[in-house]
Amino acid sequence: MRPDSHEIYGRRRSRNVGLGIVLGALVLLIFAVTIVKLSQGQSMEGFDHQIRPTLLPATEPAE
Amino acid sequence: MTEVVWTDKTGAPEAQFGDFVDLLKPRVMRLVLFTALVGLVCAPVPVHPVIAFAALVCIGVGAGAAGALNMWWDRDIDAVMARTKGRPIPSGRVEHDAALALGVTLSGFSVVMLGLVANVFAAAFLAFTIFFYVVIYSMWLKRATPQNIVIGGAAGAFPPMVGWAVATGGIAPASVLMFLLIFLWTPPHFWALALFRNDDYTRAGVPMLPVAAGERSTRNHILAYALILAPAAIAPAFSSVGGPVYLAGAFVLNALFIRGAWAIWRRDEATAAADRCRVEKRFFGFSIVYLFLHFSLLLVEAGLRAAGLAAAGWPVLF
Repeated sequence: MRPDSHEIYGRRRSRNVGLGIVLGALVLLIFAVTIVKLSQGQSMEGFDHQIRPTLLPATEPAE
Repeated sequence: MTEVVWTDKTGAPEAQFGDFVDLLKPRVMRLVLFTALVGLVCAPVPVHPVIAFAALVCIGVGAGAAGALNMWWDRDIDAVMARTKGRPIPSGRVEHDAALALGVTLSGFSVVMLGLVANVFAAAFLAFTIFFYVVIYSMWLKRATPQNIVIGGAAGAFPPMVGWAVATGGIAPASVLMFLLIFLWTPPHFWALALFRNDDYTRAGVPMLPVAAGERSTRNHILAYALILAPAAIAPAFSSVGGPVYLAGAFVLNALFIRGAWAIWRRDEATAAADRCRVEKRFFGFSIVYLFLHFSLLLVEAGLRAAGLAAAGWPVLF
C-alpha cells in the first residue's frame, strides 16, 4: 500500500482545499487593498528610527 | 522493498474544513457583519468599496475568532446543553487546543489587518470587543451573575461602532445610539430564549435569570427592557443617520415588540408549559427580525441621503 493512497489523505483533502482557497483569497484581498491605497496616494513608508527626507513635510523653495 | 503502513490509533475523526468554519459561529458572524456594514455605510465619511470590504472581512474574522475562543472556554457546559452539544468541540470533531490556537491566531491577525487596512482606532476597538466577549463575558460574567447577558451584551453591540470607526476613525452620537439599540435589545432576546431553554442552563449551572431569579422575575425583566428599549430604538431617527422612514418603521417595530413582551408578562410557567412556550418562541424569533429591520431601515435612510432624497428640515438632535 502506497503511503499517499491511505484514506487519511482523502479526509484531509477538504481541509487542504479550503485552506488553499482562503489563502488565495487573502493574497487577492491584500493586493487589491495595496492597489487602492497606492492609487489614493497614501504614504507607504513609516518612521523607521531614522528621519528620511520623504517623511518631512514638503516646503516651498526659497525665491 | 520496504512497505510503510499507516495505522490510525486515535479513532478520532479528522477535523474537516467545515468544522473549523463552525467554530467561528457563522450565524453570529452574519449579524456582526450586517450591523458593522450599516455602521460603516451610515458614517459621514465615504470609504472606498475595496477598503470597506477588507475592513468587514477583518471584523468578521475577529468576531469568528471570539466565537472560537468562547467555544474553547465553554466546552464543558456546551457538552451538557442540548442547544450546544453538537458544536465542534463537545462533539469531538475538533480538539480544544486547535480551537484555542485558531481563536488566538485569528484574533491577532484580524486586529493587525484592520489596523493596516483602516486605522488604529478601529483596530483597537475590535481588539477591545474580542477581549470583552472572551474575557469579560465568557470567562467572568457568564457563570458568575444573572446579569451576565446585560453587561456581556455590549460585546455584540460594538460592531456598528467598529464599522463607524473604520470610516471616521472615531465615535459619534449616532454610533453610540446604534450601540445602545443592540445593547438594550440583547437581554430580552436572550431571556426569551432562556425561558424555553431553562433546563439547558439549569443543567449547565449557568445562572441565567430564569435559573437564578425564577420565571416570574424574567417575564417582568423582559417587559421592563422592552419599555426601556423603545425610546432608545426610536432615538436614532433624530440623529444624523435617521429620518422619517426610520421613525415610522421603528415606531411599528417597537409597538409590536412591547406587545410581545406584554404577552410574555401576562403568562406564567403553567400556561407556557401547556403550549410549549409558543409565545416565548415567537417573541424570540421576532426579536431577531426586529433588530435586522431596524438596521435595514438605517441602510434605507443612508440610501435616500446618497440619492439626495433626505427629508429637508428633519430635526437632528444627536
